Amino acid sequence: MSAKEEPWQRAEIAGPKKALLILKPEVVGAMVKKAKRPILVAGHLAAEDYSKSVRMIEYVIRIGKAANIPVVATAHAVSEFIKRGFQATSMSAMDIGSRLADPEWKGLDGAGSYDLALFMGLPYYMEFVILSGLKHFSANLKTISLDRFYNPHASWSFPNLSVKDWKENLETILAKLGEERKDVNV
Amino acid sequence: MHLTRKGVHVKIDELKSDFGLFKNLELSVGRVAEETWTEPTGPTPFPSVTALRDWDMKLLQRYRPFYLPYCDVCCLCTFGKCDLTQDKRGACGLNMAGQQSRIVLLACCIGAATHVAHGRHLVEHLIEKYGRNSPLDIGGLNIDIEAPVTRLVCGIKPEKLRDLEDVLDYCEEQVTQLLSSTHTGQEGSNLDFESKVFHAGMVDQVGMEAADIAQISVLGFPKADPEASLTDLGFGVADVSKPTILVIGHNVPSSVGIIDYLTEKGLLGKVEVVGICCTAHDITRYSSMAKIVGPISWQLRYIRSGLADLIVVDEQCIRADTLVEAQKVKTPVIASSEKNCLGLENRTATPSEKTIADLVENKVPGVLILDSDKVGEVAVETVMKIAPKRGRFKIIPELEKIVEAAKECTECNECRRACPNDKPIPEAMKAAAKGDLNPLAEILESCVGCARCDSACPNDFPLHSFIVKAGEEKLCKEKFKMRVGRGAIQDVEIRNVGQPIVLGEIPGVIAIVGCSNYPQGGKEVAEIAEEFAKRRFIVVTSGCAAMSMAMVKDEEGKTLYEKYTGAFDAGGIVNVGSCVSNAHIAGAAIKIANIFAKRKLRANYEEIADYIHNRVGAVGLAWGAYSQKAAAIASGFWRLGVPVVVGPHGSKYRRMLLGRQDKPEDWCVLDARTGDKVYVGPAPEHLFTAAETKEEAIVLLAKMCMRPNDTSKGRAIKLTHYVDLHRRLFGSLPNDIHLFVRNNTDIPITMKDEIVKVLEEKGWQEQRIPDPTLLPRLVRERKG
Repeated sequence: MSAKEEPWQRAEIAGPKKALLILKPEVVGAMVKKAKRPILVAGHLAAEDYSKSVRMIEYVIRIGKAANIPVVATAHAVSEFIKRGFQATSMSAMDIGSRLADPEWKGLDGAGSYDLALFMGLPYYMEFVILSGLKHFSANLKTISLDRFYNPHASWSFPNLSVKDWKENLETILAKLGEERKDVNV
Repeated sequence: MHLTRKGVHVKIDELKSDFGLFKNLELSVGRVAEETWTEPTGPTPFPSVTALRDWDMKLLQRYRPFYLPYCDVCCLCTFGKCDLTQDKRGACGLNMAGQQSRIVLLACCIGAATHVAHGRHLVEHLIEKYGRNSPLDIGGLNIDIEAPVTRLVCGIKPEKLRDLEDVLDYCEEQVTQLLSSTHTGQEGSNLDFESKVFHAGMVDQVGMEAADIAQISVLGFPKADPEASLTDLGFGVADVSKPTILVIGHNVPSSVGIIDYLTEKGLLGKVEVVGICCTAHDITRYSSMAKIVGPISWQLRYIRSGLADLIVVDEQCIRADTLVEAQKVKTPVIASSEKNCLGLENRTATPSEKTIADLVENKVPGVLILDSDKVGEVAVETVMKIAPKRGRFKIIPELEKIVEAAKECTECNECRRACPNDKPIPEAMKAAAKGDLNPLAEILESCVGCARCDSACPNDFPLHSFIVKAGEEKLCKEKFKMRVGRGAIQDVEIRNVGQPIVLGEIPGVIAIVGCSNYPQGGKEVAEIAEEFAKRRFIVVTSGCAAMSMAMVKDEEGKTLYEKYTGAFDAGGIVNVGSCVSNAHIAGAAIKIANIFAKRKLRANYEEIADYIHNRVGAVGLAWGAYSQKAAAIASGFWRLGVPVVVGPHGSKYRRMLLGRQDKPEDWCVLDARTGDKVYVGPAPEHLFTAAETKEEAIVLLAKMCMRPNDTSKGRAIKLTHYVDLHRRLFGSLPNDIHLFVRNNTDIPITMKDEIVKVLEEKGWQEQRIPDPTLLPRLVRERKG
């Protein structure tokens, strides 16, 4: 295993099937574009100050807009989205997790089940187990962790990244989704 | 007269007597006990593993498991490891859902076995000291139903200590049966595993009740006293000029031995006795001279501080490296439980003088003594002699050492990657290298005290000690007041609040229990407790959570226990006691069904659980739950129909039990008046779920207090809290409010306009309020 495929929290070992590394972020953009029914799940950390230079919520909103995909805000994160005038659906992490694992769930709009779920901003260990639940119990759903750390139960995940590289990757994805690229300053 | 389960079986091949010749004669004689409970026995006395399976399946049809595997494999037998990814099956044929439910059952069996074994030790110990006929009395004239859980489950009324032996026999048998079903090649259905999980939880509640009513009755703990005294709590409570004994664990006899010896020798007040975890709860229930350091996560920081001159450990939740850590600060350890011998020499039969001398002269790092009186003598005599020699030796480094080490820190991130809460230790070390220790001190506020950062550091820096030192000044000043565990809820209190709870006018009972594996520190527990106490819910608490909520003061320097009544009433904050006291919380819910609603109690589990689930707006919150015991405690509440919320770390329990509000067919009950199937909305929405943040937990708790039986007045009150909290913490009206409004009178008057607008948008239709039940046999009249 290369160092980049190590889970951020050392003991969170997944098993035989672990996330493929996102080495070319533009591929994520392509996957989102290709997906028939993608969805983005944003945890409460998205609504907090991630670092001096990063507000994760801004990336969530930009991805949501650029890809025109529904965003689920877990915990109390929805209040930050409301303040920014962005419409996110409020649902707990466990509720959206269990619904995504249900092949009969027709989605937030009743139009059908999702085939791609992007995750960011959940506590690492919570995202770890929810992604595991989806890996094992939702055969038709692919998952992508867009957090800064390798999360092995996803279908695809970034490796453990510096803040600068993480931002760079997110900007590349956004560019692929058609948004004008912004400079990365950390 | 009735026969207990414990009996004598006699088989005689041939007997000649004056009456004639008897061949193959078999006689079974149970222990004959005086029967004082005239209520007829209900359908499920001493229920077997499958006796309540139908009830479990009703709950599991509504609250479906969502499994969250830690990893893809099973490694429990030598067929394996087996890769169970997705729909693969292991060599034994089990799939991932089965394996996860099996792991949950294993955890709950461990938890139940721990409480039952705790109860067994206590009851045997107390019988040995006080006799088998010692009466059970946990509240004098204020309590008729002394053991509601035992009466409900077993169908017997325990009156004396000896009666608890039968109860524990039953529990031990059930735990063995349950554990056996986790063997390879036994149970193959995940839902049947889940039913067994519920059974383990129910047995756990019986075991906890036996343990607590035994110690309350015989040791003179507060007996259902709403005004139980306030005790000192905090890192700085001990008068460190005196020899100090630290007791850690859950099972109180050895600590009682210490207090008794001090009393007998006139030494009370000359030696400090301080405790961590539930033994601390129980020793303060026994003696006003004892004090509490803090919850389970305070162990390492206190030991390393060197403030304890001697440590006595009993059982449960004790760090496995206690002896190693104690040796570093030259503190001897006395282990006092068969379950936790720590590799120490058994000195139970050794003359005390010899053991004391060996400990004082440091010939041995510690001893095992399995006699609580002898523990008392050896602990007190040793600490008096050793304290002056130790000179408070500690291994918490000086500030200069931290700065020096910080300059060598390479910020490799290994500490952060080992930290359960992902604390920015490398950044804090970077600041420390420049002389700023505030970031390290801030980490202490939410540190769970696991010291995984120490183990992970490639430079072997004792990072946990650095963190403790950085926050030491504040830590050492910590002194708070906590109300001592009161034990059970009085029958008269139940009579007073039963109606307003069932009708919904007291908006709910929030039971904040469990351990201290918090995501952001214990202050969140205090914030949640006060939010609901202010709103006139009843807040009940126990264990480490009860301690954590004491560790916050308001502007006037008062803790929650000084501001809110200890009565089981609206606006009360009710500390029932230690882990085993959790049985009283279940007992209160059961007593509401029995005392207020006059439902039959004796071995009538299904009906009482159905009543509680549909009518008693109680929700458990284990914000820092970490242990297998916490899993067992939660599962006992699930079978009673009481939902439980855990903190984010609780997602690692491997499965949730989640309702689906988008499936209306799941939320129908029978109207007991007519037999009609009636939609009642998702109340309560989940049986077990994890909340990500305290804000989410608060909103969820308020929502999950709603029950199908709420009157319109009660529902309007509950909705007021739910909507108000949602608006404050989530910044909007709830998007599911239409599911909880049954008719126009449910709508809170002050919110009428905005809620009516939502109802119109959602195409809401009025529903009737039934007399709700999930049990067809409780329907009084059937149409047609």
